[in-house]
Amino acid sequence: MTGELHTERVRSRTVRLTVNGVRHHVRVDTRTSLLDTLRERLGLTGAKKGCDHGECGTCTVLVAGRRVYSCLTLTVALDGAEVTTVEGLAAGGEPHPLQRAFLAHRAVGCGYCTPGQLCAAVGVLAEADAGVPSAVTPDPAEPPALDLAEIRERMSGNLCRCGCYGRIAAAIAEVAR
Amino acid sequence: MRPFDYERPWNIDAALAAVRDTPGAMYLGGGTNLIDLMRLGVLAPELLVDVSRLPFDRVEETGDGGLVIGAAVRSADLASHLGVRRRYPVLAQAALSVGSAQIRNMGTVAGNLLQRTRCAYFTDVTKPCNKREPGSGCPAVDGVHRNLAVVGYSPSCVATHPSDLAVAFAALDAVVRIEGATGPRRVPITAFYRDPGDDPRQDTVLEHADLITGIEVPPAGAAAHSAYRKVCDRTSFAFAVVSVAVVLEVTAGAVRDCRIALGGVAPKPWRAERAEEVLYGADATEENFARAARTEPAGARPLRDNGYKVPLVRNLLTRTLIDLAKKGA
Amino acid sequence: MHTDRTDRRGHRPGRGAGIPERADDARWRDAPWNGGHRGEGAGRRDGNGWHRGEPDGGRDGDRRGERGGERDGEWDGEWDKVTGRARFAAEYSPRAALAYAVPVQATIARGEVRNVDSETILTLPGMLAVLWHGNAPGLGVPEDSGLALFQSPKVAYRGQFVAAVVAETLETAYEAAARVRVDYAAEPHDVVLRADHPRAYRAWEDAPGEDGREAVERALREARVSLDLTYTTPAYHHNPLEPHSTVAVWEDQGLVIYDSCPGAAAVRDTLAELFTLPPSLVRVITPDAGVGYGGAATTRPQTVLAAIAAQVTGRPVQVTLTRRQMFAVTGYRTPLVQRVRLGADGRGRLVALGHDVVEQTSTTADPAAGPGAAGGPGRPVCEVLYDVPLRHRTHTVVPLDVPAPSWSRTQGDLPGVFALESAIDELAAACGLDPIELRLRNLPEADRPGSAAAGLAACLRAGAERFGWAGRDPAPGVRRDGRWLVGTGVAAAAYPVAQSPAEATVRLDADGRFRVRLAAPRMRPEERAALTTIAAVVLGVTPERVEIELGGEGGAAAGPPAPAAAGGDEPEDVVRWGMPVVRACEALAAMLGEREAHPGVPLEARARADAPDGGHAFGAQFAEARVNLDTGEVRVPRLLGVFTAGSAADADALRARFTGAMTLGLSMTLCEEGELDERWGGFLNQDLSHYLLATFADAPDVAALLLPGDGPAPDPAEADRLTGLGTSGTAAAIANAVHHATGIRVRDLPIRLDALVGRLPTG
Ligand SMILES: Cc1cc2nc3c(=O)[nH]c(=O)nc-3n(C[C@@H](O)[C@@H](O)[C@H](O)COP(=O)(O)OP(=O)(O)OC[C@H]3O[C@@H](n4cnc5c(N)ncnc54)[C@H](O)[C@@H]3O)c2cc1C
Ligand code: SF4
Ligand code: FES
Ligand code: FES
Repeated sequence: MTGELHTERVRSRTVRLTVNGVRHHVRVDTRTSLLDTLRERLGLTGAKKGCDHGECGTCTVLVAGRRVYSCLTLTVALDGAEVTTVEGLAAGGEPHPLQRAFLAHRAVGCGYCTPGQLCAAVGVLAEADAGVPSAVTPDPAEPPALDLAEIRERMSGNLCRCGCYGRIAAAIAEVAR
Repeated sequence: MRPFDYERPWNIDAALAAVRDTPGAMYLGGGTNLIDLMRLGVLAPELLVDVSRLPFDRVEETGDGGLVIGAAVRSADLASHLGVRRRYPVLAQAALSVGSAQIRNMGTVAGNLLQRTRCAYFTDVTKPCNKREPGSGCPAVDGVHRNLAVVGYSPSCVATHPSDLAVAFAALDAVVRIEGATGPRRVPITAFYRDPGDDPRQDTVLEHADLITGIEVPPAGAAAHSAYRKVCDRTSFAFAVVSVAVVLEVTAGAVRDCRIALGGVAPKPWRAERAEEVLYGADATEENFARAARTEPAGARPLRDNGYKVPLVRNLLTRTLIDLAKKGA
Repeated sequence: MHTDRTDRRGHRPGRGAGIPERADDARWRDAPWNGGHRGEGAGRRDGNGWHRGEPDGGRDGDRRGERGGERDGEWDGEWDKVTGRARFAAEYSPRAALAYAVPVQATIARGEVRNVDSETILTLPGMLAVLWHGNAPGLGVPEDSGLALFQSPKVAYRGQFVAAVVAETLETAYEAAARVRVDYAAEPHDVVLRADHPRAYRAWEDAPGEDGREAVERALREARVSLDLTYTTPAYHHNPLEPHSTVAVWEDQGLVIYDSCPGAAAVRDTLAELFTLPPSLVRVITPDAGVGYGGAATTRPQTVLAAIAAQVTGRPVQVTLTRRQMFAVTGYRTPLVQRVRLGADGRGRLVALGHDVVEQTSTTADPAAGPGAAGGPGRPVCEVLYDVPLRHRTHTVVPLDVPAPSWSRTQGDLPGVFALESAIDELAAACGLDPIELRLRNLPEADRPGSAAAGLAACLRAGAERFGWAGRDPAPGVRRDGRWLVGTGVAAAAYPVAQSPAEATVRLDADGRFRVRLAAPRMRPEERAALTTIAAVVLGVTPERVEIELGGEGGAAAGPPAPAAAGGDEPEDVVRWGMPVVRACEALAAMLGEREAHPGVPLEARARADAPDGGHAFGAQFAEARVNLDTGEVRVPRLLGVFTAGSAADADALRARFTGAMTLGLSMTLCEEGELDERWGGFLNQDLSHYLLATFADAPDVAALLLPGDGPAPDPAEADRLTGLGTSGTAAAIANAVHHATGIRVRDLPIRLDALVGRLPTG
């Protein structure tokens, strides 16, 4: 077994990433997830690790504008990609309307799911704009306005153990109007 | 996770060559299943060959009114495609029922068909499992199997296949396009999945280095209506306990065409041929739908704790048929 | 009042090594709309405008640490949480390079560790240590204590930490942990809870006498209506989304811990005992942000692991449990078998009640500690809610080869209320009475101490009004909306209101300043100023020499998962913290003489307020359930909770907390179940796709209504207990609504497809 361990070397790659508008060159282990790159290498701990298996949503970030789970995304597969994390939502010094709405609606409990909820909500707004349907969208009609039922279905990939669902949905609905 | 190499070839040939030459190589799509299983220690490829950005990432309409869905099309894009939404509701609905929006943004169609079972013993490498380690045993047969198969399983493995898309594709008589060492080939989705038999290791007929390039979906009948219905242990973001995919064409009160696949009941999408036979040419009545549903899943032998899946899938099928027939009327 | 004095003559952990002092930077002030500025994104730029990372395993500088060293600001936690700046325990990074420890868990449920193959694993590049009982440092506690990591070869449950690896990078640590080979001598195990288990013992029973077993049984036999019902609830895991995590740093001779556990004082005391240090040499910092509920409130093995690993490697060490690991080692609510017997007269008045509870515990738990790590049956909820002349209750415990449960206030919490309030609903049906009417008929006399009469009646009536209960047809299984059966249900709950003891530490530092540290997670500036003045007056110094530090060291911090309690007029924090601040300052003032004798030596005094007994808060929950005729899918389109909440200063924050708790209750009712693996021990479902939590789509309309109650306002910092009241009635309300919808009584949670499909009316 000793021999086997010695022959296996850590494989690494240099990856160019633009995170929240800032360009980075990072050399990463091929195994490193985008989530761990953000948290452990770039000091961006906004995205959270609630499960590391795509089952909770706390690691949600936007890659090329689409919301993804950064825990199941390999950093090496992202060379040249544009990533937006919660830290980048208030770009330009103005808070994102969703950030304001979350606070106004008291949609924040322990706060651990919050960054993922915000990035997911940004995705919800963009997807609805782009005409992406959801399981509750009357088919094959065009996607309706984001009512609460639509928001709930579209946000279901983000768990909140503090049970803030109702308030988060209300906050998103307010911004969607 | 074991260390691995990563490559992103820019064309199909390079991808094929890269995997063919490395026995421990695997293709990488969106990674939503593969990375998950690698992190659990279930899989340990030496090389990942990223095919998620190869040029088979579009839904194309064929001249005869069918579709070719590129292997790297993401579930979200499949569901958003207007042609799919209008003519293949069963497929759009199945795609929208996959995981969450994030999973749908990441996961590819090919990866969806090739994802592994969610059996909790399979994902726990500290326990035996014939699918992971042939010959080690199947603790699920006598253990926790509430959500496992009621039909088509073998004593060596009672797992279900978790894919939603595969069930819709089965009802659509879709064909999987494969590039392999011996050139391209086409395999009907119904022949794509293996029965577990004595060796449940391989879920499909794919060989090492076989690359899925796309899925062909035959033209939809003009009068056909279709639907995908999925029942889970929670309202959203869950794998199917059971699901049904139905394509139904009713003309003048009689069933002209009918194709049914069941999910969550077997190691593969379960084509409900018995029920289809009962329905062909029969009057589209509630009684006939219920009678047909009662013949499925044909040959079901539920395990100790999953007998509820039988009435569940029968009721779901009956109701889906009734609702679709109403649409046609 | 309890006061302890610590002369800080010895070494105390230095503050110099770049450990960020405080969690809360002045970011609220910096919020753009407050005219502040936003700091530049983390990172350094090279000449080309690219941020450069370091090669493999290197960390990009230590930026995380840099962000932390700022001064604490005002109440700023919420803005931090929506910008990603709020830092959780795992996110503290000391300047020295952080190492990662990953535990290795037992794959047997009972037996001994024979050997751990550490040599081979250590050859992996970047490995720092492999720890197990063959090489780990000794700890100052009994070997079989759950926190005495690597002190003995014994394995008491599957998933127990039997070894750990420490490595330079996360990737290497995870790989190594998966590859460590552990040889075991396994013994047969038993993990199945049964009421008639041969090892079962009676932990507790109502005293014999008037209310004795015989009297109750006779009354039950003779009652006009008599029910004998058994309810079961599964193991529940807390599953906070923040995994339990710790960063440990040894400095000089002291230990500094950043921990996700909000109970900083408890963690400090536990670590002091384990590492035989005076508590003054252990600094525990629990960040503002984080999880307050359930199993997070006590020291968990990852904290001890981080401390050991940091000690052995001489490096700061981070341990973050994986979701899977959490299922074994962070506590869970025991599965329960509850037999409820009710007898009533012809008018629906209760004449007798029997409640027999069976729960499990681990073989290593101390039977003398009583049932349930979290305190046994306590004051029976039923006694508070209803006037029952004759009662007999027993509590039986079965020691099994399982992890020790925690979180087990069975009588007053969700499982206990589920059984009792389901049975009450069954009784109402048996008596042909409306379930609210039956409850009202059984309220205790209004003048009984702690009586529910006023509070509960008010909750039931206000809820009935708001929910639209009037005119409800009691017949089950008759309302349809398309393919859905529709029903409504109600349940009551009571919960003891207590306040967690507030603790204050006052320190005179070498710079001549007095620092008052409170475990409050956050505080409004006015209140902070008031406390500063109070401290200055007692100490006899100018307020400029006094600083109030928040954030958890040395106190039982609480708070999350609540929205911050801000606004409102009541100076709650002054009331809460004033007394311990006064006492601690008095104690310190008394010690000042010593200061003269030993100039330059820091002094410290600590004081804690006693926890007042606040009686009970009451609640009633109303649920609408819809059950699909074809599939048995259950949906709960509406859930309403009405609670007596004293005079809460910030009603909206409290409502948010209650609706959160009710959502948790809904999740436990419909989705959650820890499945014990009989063959292999431990829990089989150890991830969030097998242990399901409710999603957005499951909890569409959850509302809470607050009534001014008789009792004091529940302490806003007492998240745990409020969650208890908000959660406890949910399951029964939903189960009762499911019965009203379908005619099917589900007595075993969770209520899932298999409980209903095939039993529903056809056609
Ligand atoms: C939390 C969670 C919930 C989910 N819920 C659902 C659900 O409800 N329904 C459902 O159907 N699925 C669900 N999934 C499974 C999800 O992984 C798939 O839906 C997804 O589509 C897989 O695609 P992928 O591209 O990510 O596959 P990958 O993980 O990249 O690959 C999966 C497999 O396919 C192989 N592969 C990929 N592309 C090719 C190709 N072109 N040719 C040959 N082999 C290839 C890989 O080698 C690997 O073996 C869920 C997953 C998660 C994590
Ligand atoms: S059912 Fe199949 S996958 Fe599950 S344990 Fe048995 S062999 Fe493994
Ligand atoms: S951490 Fe990525 S989904 Fe949970
Ligand atoms: S706010 Fe705590 S998990 Fe959502």
